[in-house]
Amino acid sequence: MSDPHPPYLHPPYRSTPLRAPSQPLVVPKYGPDAIELSGPVFGEAELGLLDNDLTKQHTGEPLGERIVVTGRVLDSDGRPVPHTLVEIWQTNAAGRYIHLRDQHPAPLDPNFTGAGRCLTDADGRYRFVTIKPGAYPWRNHHNAWRPAHIHFSVFGRAFGQRLVTQMYFPGDPLFAHDPIFGSIPDEKARDRLVARFDMDTTVPEWALGYQWDIVLGATPMED
Amino acid sequence: MSQATPSQTVGPFFGYALPYGDGPRVVPEWHPDAIRIHGRVLDGEGEPLPDALLEIWQAGPDGEVPTSVGGLRRDGHDFAGFGRSATDAAGHYWFSTLKPGGPVPHIAVIVFARGLLKSVATRIYFPGEPGNAEDPVLSGVPADRRDTLVAVREDDRSYRFDVHLRGEQETVFFAA
Repeated sequence: MSDPHPPYLHPPYRSTPLRAPSQPLVVPKYGPDAIELSGPVFGEAELGLLDNDLTKQHTGEPLGERIVVTGRVLDSDGRPVPHTLVEIWQTNAAGRYIHLRDQHPAPLDPNFTGAGRCLTDADGRYRFVTIKPGAYPWRNHHNAWRPAHIHFSVFGRAFGQRLVTQMYFPGDPLFAHDPIFGSIPDEKARDRLVARFDMDTTVPEWALGYQWDIVLGATPMED
Repeated sequence: MSQATPSQTVGPFFGYALPYGDGPRVVPEWHPDAIRIHGRVLDGEGEPLPDALLEIWQAGPDGEVPTSVGGLRRDGHDFAGFGRSATDAAGHYWFSTLKPGGPVPHIAVIVFARGLLKSVATRIYFPGEPGNAEDPVLSGVPADRRDTLVAVREDDRSYRFDVHLRGEQETVFFAA
């Protein structure tokens, strides 16, 4: 099976040449130990009640297209990973992050922060209610625009499975022009970052639904 | 086998979503056995990264891997073993934690940053530990790069560990 991950060095994404490790990764001689084979445990008491509904974190309704994003976190054998922490962050509908260093001249939304958390349920399912993020320009190259995306952070069963990735929306015309999406060499692997529009997830009179499963790498094994 | 979801960069704007108040405080600073681990994350030209994020995961002083919940909200006393710290404008991160026990004390580290399409994993070892020479992971690293995995002791309670993503002093990173 080919490596689904992008290489560290991908010059079209201009932040990589000074930050990509130049030495090959070291494979630990006797494999990972108890620390890498285990991972931190998070509980419901650590989350806020509205952490998984980004449209209810302020007094008013945020602007934009309300969506439901749901799916399962699975291991490499296709088994669900229950009770694992999933964190997301994203722009508002206008394509602006609330981060102070994002100075893209698009409006901030006083009713939208764009950060959420939840634990997967017993079947490994996560579910967020949010607003469809917007595309935005970045200064990587002339006329560079990021496709709309939601950042995802997932823990899994072991620290060695830790994954941060991005979920994209189907049919985005910017895919072919984005060096971050395009850093993944294999087309099928790239396609796995694109959510599926789903009528069964769509809630009548209220929100469009998207399904997106996250498959973690193999749990590191001791030799 | 299911095909794994590819990694993507954490980007520069995780700062309002991932860091949290107790993130760097694996134990509170006032804990009588608290140690400070801190350092900078640097690029291939030695420039500090203002948009990197480190996570640590470690055993407690008894050498046992923690199994209790509490990495996001701690009750102010317990040791949860997990910490998260973003770098500041000078590329600096810090943790308040306890020195891990076990025959060869070490801490697992994951680094995320803008420009890193996949996180990098490394380990912090402690200087002067008699077990270091026999540790299979540390001794399996080329001798001239081993120092990149060993923190520098500043005093009894403070250790410096710089992460060089690239360049002559490049930190050793491990494959999962």
